Amino acid sequence: MTRPELIDNKPIQAKESDPPNKPLLLQIERLQTYYPVRNGVFSNTVSHIKAVDDVSLSMYEGETIGLVGESGCGKSTIGRSILRLENPRSGRIIFDNEDITHYTQRQLKPVRTRMQMIFQDPYASLNPKIRIFDALAEPLIVHKLAERREVQRKVDSLLQLVGLPRSASNRYPHEFSGGQRQRIGIARAILCRPKLIVCDEPVSALDVSIQAQILNLLQDLQDELKLTYLFISHGIGAVKQISSRIAVMYLGKIVEVAEAEELFRNPRHPYTQLLLSTYPAPDPTLRTNKKMIIRGDVPSPAHPPSGCRFHTRCPYVQERCLKEEPVISEGHHTVACHYPLTL
Amino acid sequence: MELLLEVDHLQIAFQTDQGELISVDEVSFELGSGETIAIVGESGCGKSVTSLSIMGLLGTSGSVIQGEIRFNGSILTDCTENQLRRLRGSEISMIFQEPMTSLNPVIPIGEQIAETVRLHQNKSRKEAKAIAVDMLRKVGIPRPEAIIKEYPHALSGGMRQRVMIAMALICKPKLLIADEPTTALDVTIQAQILELMKQLQQESGAAILLVTHDLGVVAEMADQVIVMYAGQVVETADVFTLFRAPQHPYTQGLMKSIPRLDQHKKEQLFAIPGAVPSLKEIPSGCRFHPRCPLAVGRCEEEQPELISAADGHRVRCWMAGNTEQIFVNHTVEVTV
Repeated sequence: MTRPELIDNKPIQAKESDPPNKPLLLQIERLQTYYPVRNGVFSNTVSHIKAVDDVSLSMYEGETIGLVGESGCGKSTIGRSILRLENPRSGRIIFDNEDITHYTQRQLKPVRTRMQMIFQDPYASLNPKIRIFDALAEPLIVHKLAERREVQRKVDSLLQLVGLPRSASNRYPHEFSGGQRQRIGIARAILCRPKLIVCDEPVSALDVSIQAQILNLLQDLQDELKLTYLFISHGIGAVKQISSRIAVMYLGKIVEVAEAEELFRNPRHPYTQLLLSTYPAPDPTLRTNKKMIIRGDVPSPAHPPSGCRFHTRCPYVQERCLKEEPVISEGHHTVACHYPLTL
Repeated sequence: MELLLEVDHLQIAFQTDQGELISVDEVSFELGSGETIAIVGESGCGKSVTSLSIMGLLGTSGSVIQGEIRFNGSILTDCTENQLRRLRGSEISMIFQEPMTSLNPVIPIGEQIAETVRLHQNKSRKEAKAIAVDMLRKVGIPRPEAIIKEYPHALSGGMRQRVMIAMALICKPKLLIADEPTTALDVTIQAQILELMKQLQQESGAAILLVTHDLGVVAEMADQVIVMYAGQVVETADVFTLFRAPQHPYTQGLMKSIPRLDQHKKEQLFAIPGAVPSLKEIPSGCRFHPRCPLAVGRCEEEQPELISAADGHRVRCWMAGNTEQIFVNHTVEVTV
């Protein structure tokens, strides 16, 4: 997907969330990340879990891409591969005009100030024995982003930015509630003034009223610091709220990418349609007697089905879907389906 | 409709290192057979504790210190452990959030299900096994004859929850307590499980007490809704009334803070400021007042009672009746 094509396919309605005006920040090309399955006395690799299998995605500066899918579909693996926390098997990751696919740890160090991650459970990602001040000061010192005497001031302003009191810096992680801990997680991610933040289920573990606070904070910070987010979540509501574009994943593949509004108005992949219809709306009058429900479970990513991977659960399955793997279409609203739905 | 369960001014306390903590205070509700009632609230509001107390599962540190739970003619709060054991699994049963932790990992599934039948219905091993297979088929498990020999780890999360449901419903209980039954599951599997619960309820006529934090699930399943905050019921109404005209500022705030799929405008979500208070430091007066945009002096001093706002609609708020429009144009600044 290149930019001129995007413009060609979409001559009308230029919204501010439209990517073409903005420079490309991240490009993933045909990314494959496999996990080995080991077995036997000598732990031989017997097969692979194809967590991410041939995925391409472009991200433009300042946008938020929501990545949705069921658990085990590979959405977290994409996020981790981008940050090179996993080593891709093949494909390319171009971040900020640098091909970082094969960078060594030493080469990655300066890159990592520009890409950061927010995790689901901030308690697990904060060292329980380290005060918040030290947890926040360490990256500043390691990356030489602040003089020692400046550190205190920087940490204070950071805490203020994420809505925590200054006194927080002398406390330990266990003294905070889940929402506050997530604010600390966010503070740590924005500390190095990154361009890209991979948010991996940042609100899934939080209470409803706290989720809204964190989503709003992420949106405010995005405006203020010109951040680009890859927002990974299985919660469709949160993804809808924050994303400008949404990519839907199924079993290691991206099956549909579209602008958020467009995707909800006009889902073209049967999986997307079913996924959206299963979201229980907080409105009892919308309760239906017979909802569209996806039957069965997600197949194992070690042995994905032949042809289209969704064919085992697809209500519209045809002969061709069993044999031939669909290729993702080109253009503005892309879909990987032999028989995409129309309005 | 026959009255099945009555919870009357329930107060539950836990003994801790820091002394006695009141976890649930003044909780009352009624549930008729065949009806579904949902208890909704955030973590720590006492919704799970309420449901566990019905089963008599508060453990050694927790106890009902006031109030009564009446079920089908007997007073559960006065029952001995032996009497309760006879009820559990036969008259009242429960499904939990994480089926992996509530299934025994070293016993085949079939045996775990059959055990319930043999315990309560005096059936032989063979009969019990046949009933188990039958029940597994009913909850939509493919190849039940083969699956009964499997261990829990061999099944997916959705399948495990189906096994739990099979186990819970096998003795045809009058009341099913479901504590966050779909929270650990994917939305697609959640939809399957909710549909299954509805279908089985229609067939068996069991009452369901659903405990959840997800208003979407409430809207999908419940007839009656109880909203809890910091150990108290703050609002209760039938599901349509509650979603159409919530009265308590907390309920209103909760509803406004969920992202909706049918809204097209891109704007900030409404967020209730602050966090749920811990049981150690319950605010004076109305427990919601530190987070409430409507709070006045009285809210800080006097605790409001659960008063009737309309037929079957009760609210614990001094401003009840005047709260309708407050959140429409009201924006609360999130500390950024």
